[in-house]
Amino acid sequence: MNEALQLPAIYPALPEIVLALGAMALLMFGVYRGDRSTNVVNVLAVGLLVVTALIVAASPADKLVTFGGSFVVDDFARFLKILALIGSAATIVMSLEFLEHPERRRYEYAILILLATTGMLMLISAADLIALYLGFELMSLALYVVAAIDRDNVRSAEAGLKYFVLGALSSGMLLYGCSLIYGFTGTVSFAGIAQAAGGGGLGLTFGLVFLFAGLCFKVSAVPFHMWTPDVYEGAPTPVTTFFAAAPKIAGIAIFMRAAISAFPGIMVQWQQIIVFVAIASMALGSFAAIGQHNIKRLMAYSSIGHMGFALVGLAAGTAEGVQGVLVYMAIYLAMTLGAFACIIAMRRTAGAVEEIADLAGLARTNPAMAFFLAMLLFSLAGIPPLAGFFAKFYVFLAAIKAGLYGLAVIGVLASVVGAYYYLLIVKVMYFDEPAPAFVPMRNELKAVLLVSGVVNVLFFVYPGPLVEAAAVAAKSLF
Amino acid sequence: MASWPILSVTTFLPLAGVLFIAMLRGEDEAANRNARWVALWTTLITLAVSLILAWRFDPTSPEFQFVEKRPWLAGTINYHMGVDGISLPFVILTTALMPLCIVASFDVIRTRVKEYMIAFLALETLMVGTFSALDLVLFYLFFEGGLIPMFLIIGVWGGPRRVYASFKFFLYTLLGSVLMLLAIMAMYWDAGTTDIPSLLRHAFPPGMQAWLWFAFLASFAVKLPMWPLHTWLPDAHVEAPTAGSVILAAILLKMGGYGFLRFSLPMFPAASHDFAPLIFALSIVAIIYTSLVALVQEDMKKLIAYSSVAHMGFVTMGIFAATIQGVAGGIFQMVSHGIVSGALFLCVGVVYDRMHTRDIAAYGGLVNRMPLYAAAFMVFTLANVGLPGTSGFIGEFLTLIGTYRMNTWVAALASTGTFLSAAYALWLYRKVIFGVLDKRALAAITDLDRREIVVLAPLVILTILFGFYPKPVLDMSAASVAALVENYQHALGAAKSAALAGHQ
Repeated sequence: MNEALQLPAIYPALPEIVLALGAMALLMFGVYRGDRSTNVVNVLAVGLLVVTALIVAASPADKLVTFGGSFVVDDFARFLKILALIGSAATIVMSLEFLEHPERRRYEYAILILLATTGMLMLISAADLIALYLGFELMSLALYVVAAIDRDNVRSAEAGLKYFVLGALSSGMLLYGCSLIYGFTGTVSFAGIAQAAGGGGLGLTFGLVFLFAGLCFKVSAVPFHMWTPDVYEGAPTPVTTFFAAAPKIAGIAIFMRAAISAFPGIMVQWQQIIVFVAIASMALGSFAAIGQHNIKRLMAYSSIGHMGFALVGLAAGTAEGVQGVLVYMAIYLAMTLGAFACIIAMRRTAGAVEEIADLAGLARTNPAMAFFLAMLLFSLAGIPPLAGFFAKFYVFLAAIKAGLYGLAVIGVLASVVGAYYYLLIVKVMYFDEPAPAFVPMRNELKAVLLVSGVVNVLFFVYPGPLVEAAAVAAKSLF
Repeated sequence: MASWPILSVTTFLPLAGVLFIAMLRGEDEAANRNARWVALWTTLITLAVSLILAWRFDPTSPEFQFVEKRPWLAGTINYHMGVDGISLPFVILTTALMPLCIVASFDVIRTRVKEYMIAFLALETLMVGTFSALDLVLFYLFFEGGLIPMFLIIGVWGGPRRVYASFKFFLYTLLGSVLMLLAIMAMYWDAGTTDIPSLLRHAFPPGMQAWLWFAFLASFAVKLPMWPLHTWLPDAHVEAPTAGSVILAAILLKMGGYGFLRFSLPMFPAASHDFAPLIFALSIVAIIYTSLVALVQEDMKKLIAYSSVAHMGFVTMGIFAATIQGVAGGIFQMVSHGIVSGALFLCVGVVYDRMHTRDIAAYGGLVNRMPLYAAAFMVFTLANVGLPGTSGFIGEFLTLIGTYRMNTWVAALASTGTFLSAAYALWLYRKVIFGVLDKRALAAITDLDRREIVVLAPLVILTILFGFYPKPVLDMSAASVAALVENYQHALGAAKSAALAGHQ
């Protein structure tokens, strides 16, 4: 029988299929019931994400390849998919309050997040350039719309538009890179490229640079970070949470898979790109955040810096490096969700506030929130014994092994500069006289903050499982 | 071997107190009182447990004792705890000073008492952990973790320039430590482990040793602090609340000296030998220069802070002389300085609580109204000077003997420091205590109350006891020090013969 006519095995893609079909079903439900159904859709969407995560977790622990080699499920993919699903589910939970307002009650919100998540899962599993682009665009298109979801708000609309225009540019670069790579190797599959590339060549390197430029845009690494502060500030805070969490995981995932499985032969070339990008991101993230007054803008620069730190692990290009990045992303996710739970909870009776000065004296008006936020900030700064320290520890450990001493020294120095602005927020919360209290935190935000805070503070008690899981996942990529 | 993990209990017991205090409800006086008493009892019980540790400790063995080892991070990084004769004195010093700090804060700290006590107890866990960790990553965890509570203690309960001081303290220390972290990673890849006992047996390549040595120096020289990296210390001391200053001077600084003893000297012997002249030079500058700086201070706490830097100069000098007397003297000097400088800060706190100023010029003639205070202050001043019969003398004397055997000039220059310390310490004492009590504000000043006597009396006793009978501390560390020095000389000899063989 002709192989091309055979139906490809769809079992490996079951999570994506469940998610896509579920999203469509919810869309139909929403269309028929109108915006009244928003709450039901939200709850069902979270349930769907949880079910998908369970399917991912339950899938057998070997490497499955399907759709003619363009879709691969391995431990690496499973690890990151679960992180992305957690990020998306937590975002919807944290958006409940935002969606309660009559003018913002839109059932499309959760569905768009589901579609973006589907794109992320595909991106994480992509094993050729076509699948990469497919996942990339599915994710991005949904994100553009989500950024502008508060469409009567000028800032939100501006954020969406800005993100779209710059995102389209980056997609163009990415496609151009893909076409160059295809042109010089004659194949789109990562394994094929790795075989055909051999020693490399100028054309292939050109393609690689454009491909990486597109990916850098998605993870907001310097020099393709310009959109980040504006979009983070303009988009509604729950949407910013989403941007800071799940898409970053997918972006870093495909970055690693592409670099390591498609271009092992020209590692020298891409390693210097990643080293530069990592240094630039860490430095910019640390220095530019110092002058910020708006906490969402500050978090934007902070996330740029964190992507720089994560890329340090990729720069090593070894299994230890990938393990470091995986640990980093897992801990980064926990820290980011908790920090944004606090930012969403910055709300007085007159409405939401987002200046750092509004946090003044929080330690006295809301000691529990201040404590957890302070611990998250120390953790983001990488101070032991909090989780953020272990994240940085593993990426730098890999960099040292790979002999990237200069990168490691610059990296840790940047982290000291970065510590300064995190300390500034702690100072505002603990040392300054109290500003008027916020309205009490909603229960779902409390729950997210509690989980994230406890994970961060107590991670050091039992760090083994995550580190082990990351090591297994990293091995599957090599 | 003990059936219960006594070392872990000592380390983490204060966290039980933290949980208790965190569960206390309310902001009223009753809650504050409960927080104080819970903190006091926690530290007292911790002290009792640590004394069992000292009791069961076998001082004749240079091995690590009370060892606990459990898998922790994946791979070869374990939860590994244990003490030897070098670390145990610091553990006891920590647990012994904590109850005094808590009592010293009883009436003084009136705002946010619960948070204050929580910060102190968390700090105790981190400090004890630093001294008893037997894995480099675990050590770093405790070592760096101490920054968070200390940052909050200075920043929340400190003086007018507390924000500046707390940031300077935090960032300075962090900057030094991250370089050490990279060195730890490099050691991990070279030796395949971060287990301290294994690393002590591992010979690092000589070329690598220099880099590692400097990376560790960056961290410990800031922490100790050594000239010229000491500038954060006067700021932090002046702004910190009294008990914070005590902990800072008595224990946090000692982590630097402990680090030199535990890592720099035994793990990088060749580099330690090569760069010992650098350390000697920095120590001499610290001893002479900071003593001169102390002479012109107008703030009591600043003066004591600078004198701390000078005294730490003796410690680094003794440690890197790498003779038995030098190292033992360094340890003794650190213990003694922990008691004496802590006590001096408490003495400053006593008058500060009454007059709310630390200007030396604001005082004078206190002996007329505060005879008990004058007596206690005199003991500590003389110990700071290094008068025979006080604990300060033993440490300085031993480090000088130890160094004299290695380098006469260094010892000769350092001994001018004892003279200079007499100059500034006695000058301070004369200005504050003697003279006519003619300042109107001082007319009604009261002598030590019962709480202050409880705090200062044990320190007076220890200062004099260790002056006449230093045996407990010296014996405790003797075997470990002897082993340390022997291994160091052995490693140097091996390196030398290897170098000779290379030349042939």
